[in-house]
Amino acid sequence: MHEDEEKTYFWSGNEACAEAAIIAGCRFFAGYPISPANEIAELMAKKLPKANGIFMQMEDELASIGAVMGASWCGVKAMTATSGPGFSLMQETIGWGFMTETPCVIVDVQRLGPGTGQATKCGQGDVMQARWGTHSDYMAIVLSPNSVQETFELTIRAFNLSEKYRTPVILLTDETIAHVRERITVPKKERIEIIDRKKPTPKDRRFFGLEDIAPMPAVGEGFNVAVTASTHNEYGIRFTADPLIHRRLVENINNKIRKNASEIEDVERYNVEDCQVGVVSYGCTSRGVYEAIKEVEKRGVKIGHIRLKTLWPFPEKAVRDLAKNSEKIIVPEMNLGQIFYEVKRVACNVDVVPVNKIGGGELITPEEIFAKILEGGSQDN
Amino acid sequence: MQKYWKEVVKITEFSVQKYMRSLRQPFCPGCGLFSLTHAFLKAVYELGYENLSKFVFCSGIGCSSWIPSPYFMADSIHTLHGRSIPVATSIKLLRPDLNVVVFGGDGDIVGIGLNHFIHAARRNTDILVIMGNNMVYGMTGGQVAPTTPLKTRTTTTPYGSFEYPLDAAKLAAVAGASYSARWTTAHPKELKEALKKAIGLDGFRFIEVITQCPTAFGRKAGFRNVGEMLKWFKDSAVLVQQADKMDQEELEGKIVIGEFVERKRATLVENVYAIMKEAQRNGK
Amino acid sequence: MVNRIEIRIAGHGGQGVVLAGQILGKAAVYDGKNALQTQSYGSEARGSSAKSEVIISDHRINFPAVRKCDILIAMNQEALDKNLVALKEKAILIVDSTNVHEIPQTKVRVFKVPATEVAQKTFGKSLYANMVILGALAKITQIVSTKALERVIRESVPPETMEANLKAYKKGLQLSNGSVLQGPN
Repeated sequence: MHEDEEKTYFWSGNEACAEAAIIAGCRFFAGYPISPANEIAELMAKKLPKANGIFMQMEDELASIGAVMGASWCGVKAMTATSGPGFSLMQETIGWGFMTETPCVIVDVQRLGPGTGQATKCGQGDVMQARWGTHSDYMAIVLSPNSVQETFELTIRAFNLSEKYRTPVILLTDETIAHVRERITVPKKERIEIIDRKKPTPKDRRFFGLEDIAPMPAVGEGFNVAVTASTHNEYGIRFTADPLIHRRLVENINNKIRKNASEIEDVERYNVEDCQVGVVSYGCTSRGVYEAIKEVEKRGVKIGHIRLKTLWPFPEKAVRDLAKNSEKIIVPEMNLGQIFYEVKRVACNVDVVPVNKIGGGELITPEEIFAKILEGGSQDN
Repeated sequence: MQKYWKEVVKITEFSVQKYMRSLRQPFCPGCGLFSLTHAFLKAVYELGYENLSKFVFCSGIGCSSWIPSPYFMADSIHTLHGRSIPVATSIKLLRPDLNVVVFGGDGDIVGIGLNHFIHAARRNTDILVIMGNNMVYGMTGGQVAPTTPLKTRTTTTPYGSFEYPLDAAKLAAVAGASYSARWTTAHPKELKEALKKAIGLDGFRFIEVITQCPTAFGRKAGFRNVGEMLKWFKDSAVLVQQADKMDQEELEGKIVIGEFVERKRATLVENVYAIMKEAQRNGK
Repeated sequence: MVNRIEIRIAGHGGQGVVLAGQILGKAAVYDGKNALQTQSYGSEARGSSAKSEVIISDHRINFPAVRKCDILIAMNQEALDKNLVALKEKAILIVDSTNVHEIPQTKVRVFKVPATEVAQKTFGKSLYANMVILGALAKITQIVSTKALERVIRESVPPETMEANLKAYKKGLQLSNGSVLQGPN
């Protein structure tokens, strides 16, 4: 790939993810085979050695995410890719990443569960797991692309956000977007913004839990950095009982996301200011929404659409804006209702109507969304 | 802050303080992990390392994992229970110039983390794993471990354990380690020499250290004091060369000590970087 | 200008329907159009049904699945029987007439291409039937340029089979010139 010119390709979402990771500066990947995420690992295995990076297929997902964390503490951008069952296995270490403020990217290509479910079929059931998958208090950044092009863009953004806020970032894609091939344009290199973590100056000693994001040393740089996911002070020294140190640390690692939520949140807004009916969608499901909207508008109904590119932190303001004018808000998702409850929480004075479909990887069709938009009367949920 | 960083202090004679933060390790009185700490740092000293700047320590959860973290004046990564070896693996791959040492207990390394242990030995991952084997889950109050001898009383085997213990040193040797040895805290000199040797070798190196836990193991198992436990280690220790000639019955209750394997084969780092070169040479 | 042409290529595993779909989609992109391609298999690795869908448009492609086909390529009888209901009124149906023997009464335009037979006769392998079909499709529908198709085939197949693949593709182009073409039947 010539990096100094814009180029067009016909890639799958998984291909776009791997290519973008390399461009974002990812030089370490560890993973374990799982459908439908395998193409990412396979492409990373091919590309990384040529880019002086390292690919490791580990013995399980626990080892994969562990190796990713170790790589990050070597100052290297690192990623893993998995699907629901593997994502479940990784949760404990993802929590370790939040507590130690370790930047890394975890790609979850959603399939159907729970359990083994339908391993090769599309679903959107990991939305809440991506937010709350590990125990206790933390704030996750979760991005959700709806095209191959956007998988490319959000993979790079995932790395940038993780480096900027020193936190694990989850790219929550789905089987449909991962496997569909589409036209994609890779911009010129100088037009792609790449953010790297803040490094300490030689005099810095405070690397953890600061109100501002602390600089991050790497091992072998002479900082004698002590990394622990047990409660620690800003020097990394463990305090397993002190209530104040725990409170301050955990509040600060939450606040660094909460206070910057408006910058992290990203939505596509359509006709939000002037609509009778609203739709909130994300991921592959949003593709049917676009078509449904065209059809509904032909009938003279004014419709607004918020498409979530950031799922977490949940873009409350955008949804509140949509709720201002809408009589009802439709929330289509390929699960039995997850973002639906978030919309309901934020748009509490509006009728919020779910459109749910699971099984076989069947997408929610434009017709099904169309029907729900035009359906009269209130729904009881 | 001074107690966390004391670059100005210069100790020329050997003292564990030379390599440690001014914090006291939190082990119980009489704990064998003090001896293990001493043996390791003495080995480092005798090898001529003025400080630990060429080392990275990874550990998991459990008493042994607190040996380096955060007490060693060094880079230390305190990972989750059982996950020190995967973290150490990527660190070594990305920083082959550093000595990556894993400290962990028997529960951490061959209980919850056993999968990683076997695969690291299989890959000949260039790390030194030091396992403090106290035959019990000490930090959580003395529950039965995969290393607890048969019929031993613990808090979760109140009538005696009904499982056979795992032979970690032998397992490492079979799985492909470059070096595997077992000593006890009653053999401090041999332990220190083994550590010195292992630090200098390449590939996956494993040292199992049978260590006394008077609090969580000793009391339940019927030992009245530390001395009795050390005497037990000494009296039941059999060198591996001798043990090879003994039958199952004779070996009952014995602690086999010594070197289980020492071999040379290409390490993970060597193999990974060789393939990387290959990939870069061959266009597509 | 084309506005969302929906194509389904259906057959069984091993007939190369997925590769054919990928080549077709990529060729459309090289022609400057938007394209989208998906694929699905039965649960077994080989021998079960396989399906590849391609959507080509000058506009943004939204819904990423084919519901009603503008073009259906049926590589065997089962694929035809299953997908006949999914044809639009003015659709084009292309069948591999080596494997498809019964074409039910239909209002759509039908083209019979003996792709497998041609591949067998020319190369001794039915493997290249997908390339023959691609050639025929390009000639019949002109939804992608032959230039782009040829370029993508060169990029997509292993070097050692490239000549055979290109030859099969060109056979397909010629076939559809000849008498095997059929109008509404």
